[in-house]
Amino acid sequence: QDTLEPNAYEDITQYNNYYEFGTGKGDPAKNAHSLTTSPWTVKIDGLVDKPGDYAMADIMDAMTIEERIYRFRCVEAWSMVIPWNGFELADLLAMAGVQYEAKYVAFETALRPDEMPGVRFPALDWPYVEGLRLDEALHPLTIMATGIYGKDIPNQNGAPMRLVVPWKYGFKSIKSIVRITLTDKEPPTSWNKANAREYGFYSNVNPEVSHPRWSQASERMVGGGLFAKRQPTLMFNGYEEEVAGLYEGMDLKANF
Amino acid sequence: MIDRINAAARRVPTWVVYLILLLPAPYTFYLALSGGLGPDPVKPLEHKYGEIALQLLIAGLCVSPLRQYTHINLIKFRRTLGVLAFTYVALHLLVWALLDVQTIGRVIEDIIKRPYITIGMAGFVLLLPLALTSNNWSVRRLGPRWRKLHKLTYIAVVLGGVHFIWLVKGIQLEPLIYMAVILALLALRYKRLLR
Repeated sequence: QDTLEPNAYEDITQYNNYYEFGTGKGDPAKNAHSLTTSPWTVKIDGLVDKPGDYAMADIMDAMTIEERIYRFRCVEAWSMVIPWNGFELADLLAMAGVQYEAKYVAFETALRPDEMPGVRFPALDWPYVEGLRLDEALHPLTIMATGIYGKDIPNQNGAPMRLVVPWKYGFKSIKSIVRITLTDKEPPTSWNKANAREYGFYSNVNPEVSHPRWSQASERMVGGGLFAKRQPTLMFNGYEEEVAGLYEGMDLKANF
Repeated sequence: MIDRINAAARRVPTWVVYLILLLPAPYTFYLALSGGLGPDPVKPLEHKYGEIALQLLIAGLCVSPLRQYTHINLIKFRRTLGVLAFTYVALHLLVWALLDVQTIGRVIEDIIKRPYITIGMAGFVLLLPLALTSNNWSVRRLGPRWRKLHKLTYIAVVLGGVHFIWLVKGIQLEPLIYMAVILALLALRYKRLLR
């Protein structure tokens, strides 16, 4: 973990997938300035003790921000190392009080046609939605990121608050979250709805389960230049020791 | 007006067209080397060559309808456009194989296992005999069979369009526009295609 060399701030903030602002890698950096991120409220509802609209400012006051340097692996077989600032999702969920029957957490991205040029075209079924099993959501590696390199997280990276689940493909780490719902059923997820054969609910980084479009055995490290050698992809993106226990006894090929 | 365009076209030697339309190849490569294509330059370089190839194939398809409907005669450049398109397809393939996928085992695995790559590869294979026979000697030697052989372009360009639609994630507008243009240009000649 301490040998991870973070990517340059420019790489992390100029090379993004955020289809609400366009499908090109540079589109989010170009277009996301139009997103209003303050004020911002996050609705937390479903199976919680204290459902309601939580002001982002109040969340920030209640949480302790720390730095986490994580590998970030996109399903498109590129990767980065990102120094996030944020807090554990478990702490936020504790604030709302998770009820006993809750088994999953559903997340939703803002949908603002006036501020998001990409949603005029149905590249995906908007709004973007994602989900985790409750034990994944409560895992200490799972964070809500609110900053990068000690600065406020830029809009193109999912301001003001995004999920980061470092052992899963990047699209699970949903951006600009406006709603968190605790439920007892597996929630729908955007890429799974778009193409269930290619994107599963779990989407754990796994070099042995190849995607119909990309071999997942290796990856291009962003910032390596034109002639960089591909690097082998690690099981659970290098977090096997910490998270393999969550999936004990599960067939990871069937639950991709 | 049209006469003047045709007269101008007659004066332009094909090597000038080759030269001008080849320039984006080294220029894009230079951009990729110097950071001008962003922090992950392999993919944008690969995609740019593929995109230019498709555009050149489409340009080639425009030549005969242009003559038929507007009497602008660019027939002399059609073979040039075809050879250029093949060149860019080959560059696209080389960047993909050498800089992106990198090992021969993975290249073969991708061609077999990933349908959009299989389709792209099929398009390349179809263009091979066309590139090899794009010279005066072959035209003379093959006679009427040359025209028939070169109708393979129609299949190759459709495969290229499908390859593009299939490789993007989600539903995206750009590849659909390319496909619509390709199908429209083929529709213009459907009667001749049936013959």
